[in-house]
Amino acid sequence: MSSSVKIKTLTIDERQVGAREDQTILEVARENGIRIPTLCYLKGLSPYGGCRMCIVEIAGSPKLLPSCMTTVEEGMVVSTQTERIKKYRRSLLELYFSERNHVCSVCATNGYCELQSMAQEVEMTHVHFPYMYPHLEVDATHERFVLDHNRCISCTRCVRVCEEVEGAHTLDIKDRGIDVRIITDLDQPWGESETCTQCGKCVHVCPTGALIERGKSVGEMSKRKQLLPYLTKMREAQK
Amino acid sequence: MKKKLTLATLWLDGCSGCHMSLVDVDERLIDVAGIYDIVFSPLVDVKEFPEKVDVTLLEGAISTDEDVEMVKRVRKSTKTLIAFGDCAVTANVPSMRNHFKLEDVFKRGYLETTPGNSIIPDEKLPKLLEKAYPVHHFVHVDVFLHGCPPSADNIFYTLVEIAEGRTPELSKRARFG
Amino acid sequence: MTPEDFKKIGETHRKKRDGFDYTINVCTAAACVSLQSDKVKDELTRQVKEQDKKDVCRISGTGCLGLCASGPLVTINNDQALYGGVKPEDAAEIVKNIDKKPVKRLQIPADMPFFARQTKIALEHCGKTDPEVIGDYLALEGYEALYNCLTTMEPVEVIDIMVKSGLRGRGGGGYPVGLKWSTVHKAVGAKKFVICNADEGDPGAFMDRSMLESDPHSIIEGMAIAGYAVGASHGYVYIRGEYPLAIKRLKAAIRQAERQGFLGKNICETPFSFDVEIRLGAGAFVCGEETALIASIEGRRGTPRPRPPYPAQYGIWGHPTLINNVETFANISPIVRKGADYYASIGTERSKGTKVFALAGSINNTGLIEVPMGITLREIVYDIGGGILGGKKFKAVQTGGPSGGCIPEEYLDMKVDYESLAQVGSIMGSGGMIVMDETSCMVDVAKYFMDFCQSESCGKCAPCRVGTAQMYNLLNLISQGKATMHDMELLEELCDVVRNTSLCGLGQTAANPVLSTIRFFRDEYLAHINDKKCLAGVCVIEHKEEPVL
Repeated sequence: MSSSVKIKTLTIDERQVGAREDQTILEVARENGIRIPTLCYLKGLSPYGGCRMCIVEIAGSPKLLPSCMTTVEEGMVVSTQTERIKKYRRSLLELYFSERNHVCSVCATNGYCELQSMAQEVEMTHVHFPYMYPHLEVDATHERFVLDHNRCISCTRCVRVCEEVEGAHTLDIKDRGIDVRIITDLDQPWGESETCTQCGKCVHVCPTGALIERGKSVGEMSKRKQLLPYLTKMREAQK
Repeated sequence: MKKKLTLATLWLDGCSGCHMSLVDVDERLIDVAGIYDIVFSPLVDVKEFPEKVDVTLLEGAISTDEDVEMVKRVRKSTKTLIAFGDCAVTANVPSMRNHFKLEDVFKRGYLETTPGNSIIPDEKLPKLLEKAYPVHHFVHVDVFLHGCPPSADNIFYTLVEIAEGRTPELSKRARFG
Repeated sequence: MTPEDFKKIGETHRKKRDGFDYTINVCTAAACVSLQSDKVKDELTRQVKEQDKKDVCRISGTGCLGLCASGPLVTINNDQALYGGVKPEDAAEIVKNIDKKPVKRLQIPADMPFFARQTKIALEHCGKTDPEVIGDYLALEGYEALYNCLTTMEPVEVIDIMVKSGLRGRGGGGYPVGLKWSTVHKAVGAKKFVICNADEGDPGAFMDRSMLESDPHSIIEGMAIAGYAVGASHGYVYIRGEYPLAIKRLKAAIRQAERQGFLGKNICETPFSFDVEIRLGAGAFVCGEETALIASIEGRRGTPRPRPPYPAQYGIWGHPTLINNVETFANISPIVRKGADYYASIGTERSKGTKVFALAGSINNTGLIEVPMGITLREIVYDIGGGILGGKKFKAVQTGGPSGGCIPEEYLDMKVDYESLAQVGSIMGSGGMIVMDETSCMVDVAKYFMDFCQSESCGKCAPCRVGTAQMYNLLNLISQGKATMHDMELLEELCDVVRNTSLCGLGQTAANPVLSTIRFFRDEYLAHINDKKCLAGVCVIEHKEEPVL
């Protein structure tokens, strides 16, 4: 850390904490053992700000801000667990569950899924919005991996890891609104992709059962969560 | 000794796994029997759903016109209705047919997977709804006991809490799937 | 080039024009062109030749005259006569009567309230100049404001004019222009950019298109002045590809301005350099959101990112960037020329100046208007707009497009300014104003806007992506008479969730049409739900027993 980096002090959930001026609220909260739920955020990837689970209240601001992309300011007073935010997080998660066909009981990542455990974290016992039941494809053309759109939450962790870490940019996103889909190459079957290096990083950063290894059955697909931190660490060591 | 509560258990569009899990309460069944009288259940031989029940464990999604009728009937008679397991809470596996047309579902179920059969039965069978729904789509649910199946511990906990007049706090204990 | 030089160009041009006794102006903006005004112009040109009036009469194309409902529009010497609904076969008669009495059957009284009640600042040249000829613009003091800024003022002085004028961003947000300019001016960066947001996307809105088609040089001049004020040397106009005529005219105008030295290196022989490039959008509504717009210019998927940081600090490729919309830039040069005090003398306490509206819907005089802030809705609808089409009963006026709301009759005497509109649950927006009569169903209107939002949502954040789709489904159920009061509760709950948790303005305001129609027309919702009736008779409700529910 260069000496020019300034230190800011702020309050998160009534705790005084110190932070470098370039840090986000989320980073500082985690350093201090304050848990803020996230779905699209993943340390080692560029922040995205799309899942909205990490929204926090900042005194003096009427808007709820995503802690993953909001940098700290001197004297900021942040609340991460107010009743209002908790209610919104639950509603958001219900919207996720209503959007696609997330049937936990027959999912390869049953027991290892971040969406599933998020339901416990935000205390969601059922979905009171109507389920949308879209008809979605499963791309099982790849010899090693399967992309199941039924279980995708469009967090784009896979897209980002493929571009930013692997450098292949095989995965991307198409269409918009409720029709957004993860695609491989120019929306070709994954098995026909010429750019996929078969590294499998996408599978292991995927929070749900949308990306799994081929042949994994119900509850068999645990994800190697240490993969990305390990890669980042090794890269930094090489520099 | 306190007056025993009445308990009904019901099995609609589900696999009966939740009832298996209820049996998995094992020796604690004796405790359950000490607090509850089971008045209606696939496990006991009663044909008519009683007029008044304290607690109903409702397993399964709502998939047919008969299910709809039944769930409305149950709601009317029950004080505390528990959506019992993922099928009742989310429609779970039965809902996996929801993004197909009913016609295709029948074809798949009766024709394609049964070589030699050319008849889709349409008489004397409950009419399948366009989609399978969670219980709370039709009636108010008091307690959501999710899990596929819910663990025996959670079932026991829920029954005891209700008997003690408390609201079971399942959001952190139970898990979907 | 000195002002003498370009005044000379203007003067020459003016003389050339004044050499004729009569100038017949034919509106060549999109609305009139779609009614074949181009053919009218050709035929007028032919008739002038045929009737041997070439020496006394010239034909010129011109920008939007405003009264689109009566197009194609033609004027003689700007104010001598105004003709509406002109067909090519009318050309002979118009030319024949050029030096006599105006042709009565085509004439529109120029003193009708539609014109008399307007105050034109941003649209000052619209309908008076040929948008394809820079000389026309120069003849009307064009680029003098830029020259004066560059040669007599410091950037901070220019910003000061904007602050004093009280001009607020006309794209919808209403952020003070002077403050925004000053922020970008103060931002540290080796490079800075100016972006003109011409990604007009509200259904029924055509202000930006008309201004670019009618007076492209005023936008360019406004951008150059902004560039000087904030210290930027490069500008982009982000314009949707669906506006081919506006693009064509803007391109031509940029070329002309470059040739005359109003763009490019050392503008007006000062050290200031500024160029303008056009970037075409593919018509995604979300690309009107500034961070999505920037992503799109950068060549990436047009999706927004959370703010802060605002583009003023971290904009295009990370450089401080000023984004204003077309109308804002159109106001700059008039403000510099006429002075901040003049501009600030118009309007209300907190909303200064004028606002351009695209008047559409069930109203007699649809078209493009510019009115002083503080005018009442009633004056716009009944005086300028000429009342409801077919003498029907007024029901609501919708402002702000998919981000705005519907204002009912009881607020017709409300003053039009940023605060008042916000108070009744709508917004000023970019200037779309759709008038609805008794035959409009407000549930159907809400459904229409929600359909728009859900199909235009970029899909990046869950509340907007899923929430708008859910709200659309619920509105659909209500309009079909299949909903229960529980669905109504869900709808209202979703409005709250989507508004408070969405990433960008699109999602944060998507619920506004629903909220405002529920607020003012709740009875219509209840009629659909409880009585299975659409009071306006718009929604088709099948009266059959539902098997379930």
